[in-house]
Amino acid sequence: MPETRAFAPQFVSGRHRDEAAALGMWVFIATEVLLFGALILGYFVYRHLHPAGFAAASSRTDLVIGTANTAILLTSSFAVAWAVEAFSAETRKFCATLLACAIGLGIAFLVLKSFEYRSEYREHLVPGIDFKFDPVHVDGAQLFFLFYFVATGLHALHMMIGIAVLGVMALLINRTPSARHRTALHSAALYWHFVDVVWIFLFALVYLPGRAA
Amino acid sequence: MTDANYLNAEYSLRSWFFTTDHKRIAILYFASLILFFFIGGAAATAIRIELATPQADLVSSDMYNRLFTMHGIIMVWFFLIPSIPNTLGNFIVPLMIGARDLAFPRLNLLSWYLFMLGGTVTLFTVLAGGIDTGWTFYTPFSTLYSNSYVAVAVTGVFISGFSSILTGLNFIVTIHRLRAPGLTWYRLPLFIWSLYATSIILVLATPVLAMTLVLIAVERLLGVGIFDPAIGGDPLLFQHLFWFYSHPAVYIMILPGMGVINELISCFSRKAVFGYKFVAWASLAIAAVGFLVWGHHMFVSGQSLLASLVFSFMSFVVAVPSAIKVFNWTATLHKGSIHFDAPMLYALAFIGLFTIGGLTGLFLACLAYDVHATDTYFVVAHFHYIMVGGMVTAYFGGLHYWWPKMTGRLYSEYWARTAAVLIFFGFNLTFFPQFVLGAEGMPRRYHVYPPEFQVWNVLSSGGATILAVAYLLPLFYLGYSLFFGARAPANPWNAPGLEWQTPSPPPEHNFDQQPIVTRPPYQYSPDFKAEPQNA
Amino acid sequence: MTNWPPPLHLVGAWLALVALLVLTVSLAHLPLGAFNAAIAMSIGAVKAAIVAAIFMELRHRDATTLIFAGAGLFWLGILLWLGMMDFLTRT
Repeated sequence: MPETRAFAPQFVSGRHRDEAAALGMWVFIATEVLLFGALILGYFVYRHLHPAGFAAASSRTDLVIGTANTAILLTSSFAVAWAVEAFSAETRKFCATLLACAIGLGIAFLVLKSFEYRSEYREHLVPGIDFKFDPVHVDGAQLFFLFYFVATGLHALHMMIGIAVLGVMALLINRTPSARHRTALHSAALYWHFVDVVWIFLFALVYLPGRAA
Repeated sequence: MTDANYLNAEYSLRSWFFTTDHKRIAILYFASLILFFFIGGAAATAIRIELATPQADLVSSDMYNRLFTMHGIIMVWFFLIPSIPNTLGNFIVPLMIGARDLAFPRLNLLSWYLFMLGGTVTLFTVLAGGIDTGWTFYTPFSTLYSNSYVAVAVTGVFISGFSSILTGLNFIVTIHRLRAPGLTWYRLPLFIWSLYATSIILVLATPVLAMTLVLIAVERLLGVGIFDPAIGGDPLLFQHLFWFYSHPAVYIMILPGMGVINELISCFSRKAVFGYKFVAWASLAIAAVGFLVWGHHMFVSGQSLLASLVFSFMSFVVAVPSAIKVFNWTATLHKGSIHFDAPMLYALAFIGLFTIGGLTGLFLACLAYDVHATDTYFVVAHFHYIMVGGMVTAYFGGLHYWWPKMTGRLYSEYWARTAAVLIFFGFNLTFFPQFVLGAEGMPRRYHVYPPEFQVWNVLSSGGATILAVAYLLPLFYLGYSLFFGARAPANPWNAPGLEWQTPSPPPEHNFDQQPIVTRPPYQYSPDFKAEPQNA
Repeated sequence: MTNWPPPLHLVGAWLALVALLVLTVSLAHLPLGAFNAAIAMSIGAVKAAIVAAIFMELRHRDATTLIFAGAGLFWLGILLWLGMMDFLTRT
């Protein structure tokens, strides 16, 4: 055995453990798809019932911040994927630096998002807190912003968890990378990329409609 | 003194509450589920006492609403859904597939803690004053009008959902990656197939429920109408999301039971299960098609006619794989060498009760009849035949079957058979009259009713008394066996499954040597001898 | 410490993603009616596929993993299809 206690007794090898972890992570992602899926069904149903209200509300979101945040997340995913490729004993500092970059980009995303929330609060676009909108579209707009806040809020929660996980990984790898950390890094990276994929769809659903008018 | 096993390895509380041994976690779940079963049962008892007379004598209508809601929530989420998967499944799956543990033992422990946290929050609801929405939390009542503790109850169920997801994930990865060498998919016991199908549902349906409950909480706490028609929302969206989880959840509650029945029927008729591949794939077919039928809960809710037709059709389709199973079990009995040990009595009771429950499900899948039967006792009787007559009976059967393995003790066969017979008669006396009541139009969820329904209600309450006694009996004779029962041999039923090739109770890591599997399951024959597996 | 040059497939994927982002934002401003939504979702799907295949290394995974990656999407499809069916066909 190359490392003592490198894998738990239910596995026969480190590779066996890695395969189990990878499958487990993908099953978890399938679960997450359905978690966001419930919101997406709600979004589509209400967009179907209130097409004009959704378009009007969507055009009030901040496309500049939304686009910038998309680019930020795509880049952070790139950094994480690079870190996975670069993982080895010789490149541990570099690998940890890449993760730190991804964490920095993730924090930048959250900061921008909070600016966006603040301006939406000031424009009375938060349902339940003195919501104000053009009376013709008020119903659809309120439903749109409900889904907007629940979905982006849930996404932001996932970002925070992801940032914490990447932080732990960066610290561990900076100290001593081992085969166990490679598995953990793979799983953490999958999670981060998945959060990125969620945002890609949220971006298309939240920011893009109603721009042509 | 017996050999070292998972029970006598350590005795400290720490060794139980921080264990990662799947067998000890199964025992933790088992103890917790007994508690929840009797809390849910107490609510049912109060309901049946109240319904013995047409007028209100025990509780107010408000209290009655809280009783049936707690009964539903506790029994569905804190007993039925975790029952077989988390106790028998946790214990038996690694043993059956020749593994030393589940793939993620710490996740397994986390799952139990989440379950207990969710359960505690839900029980806190009871202490705080209860919840009166029914277990379905239908909007807009749950979000706008109910002044009971909806948000707390919803939080409890939400947390327990994550426990379900972790268990499902763990089983899927375990069954894919930890099978012993030579244990191909078609050599797996059918219990494993059905738990695999169950896990798929747990993993893919539960997150939708979680999100739906979040939306209820948001609507209640912020006072904004996600499902409120007054501001453009649609309560039917809630029903769609809720039943997308909760109908497949019915299969979460029955598939593991079907899995147990395969093991019992083949063991006690000393024959391989007839049509193994059909039964195996029927489990997966139920899991998949079970996701396409949820709208049959909404035939009278105002969903579109086309949607009702599609959901009605799919509901008939999903009955096919269930029927395949029933036919195959019956065919397994044919020319078998049948032994009427207690687990077999439960298995035979299951087949009868599940068949009645399943066939009346077809009545309800039929659009025209469902309009008449919606929200009547016909529906109540139907799903109790599936969930109590089916799942709980299978749970008791499996519990008796694997009890010697889990505890290393033998129970009293006389009392076990008595309880099985009492459960069968008590159950039918409780719930068969409810079919009649429902067909005659008695609506569910009322604590007063016209006097002409009283005869059937008294029969039902009388049956419930027998049933309550029958459910209490195992507590005594199984509890007695723990301390005074004869020591169980490794393989008391002379069964070929891998789980019987280890000592009873099994050692900490299940197998001293990696077992190697060379043959399909259920190799019973008159002169059967357990083949040594530690090749 | 040695610097590890970024693998070309990752750089390619990142460039493609940013290009698609620019494309989708630009197209959103063209008045194409119902096509706007279809285009936005299609480009989103392509971006997600790139992330899944290259960043998440799905193209190197075994069949079981692919099935579970697909299962989430397939069941999301069931939810959206049967859920929307009611609302699209109400009279």
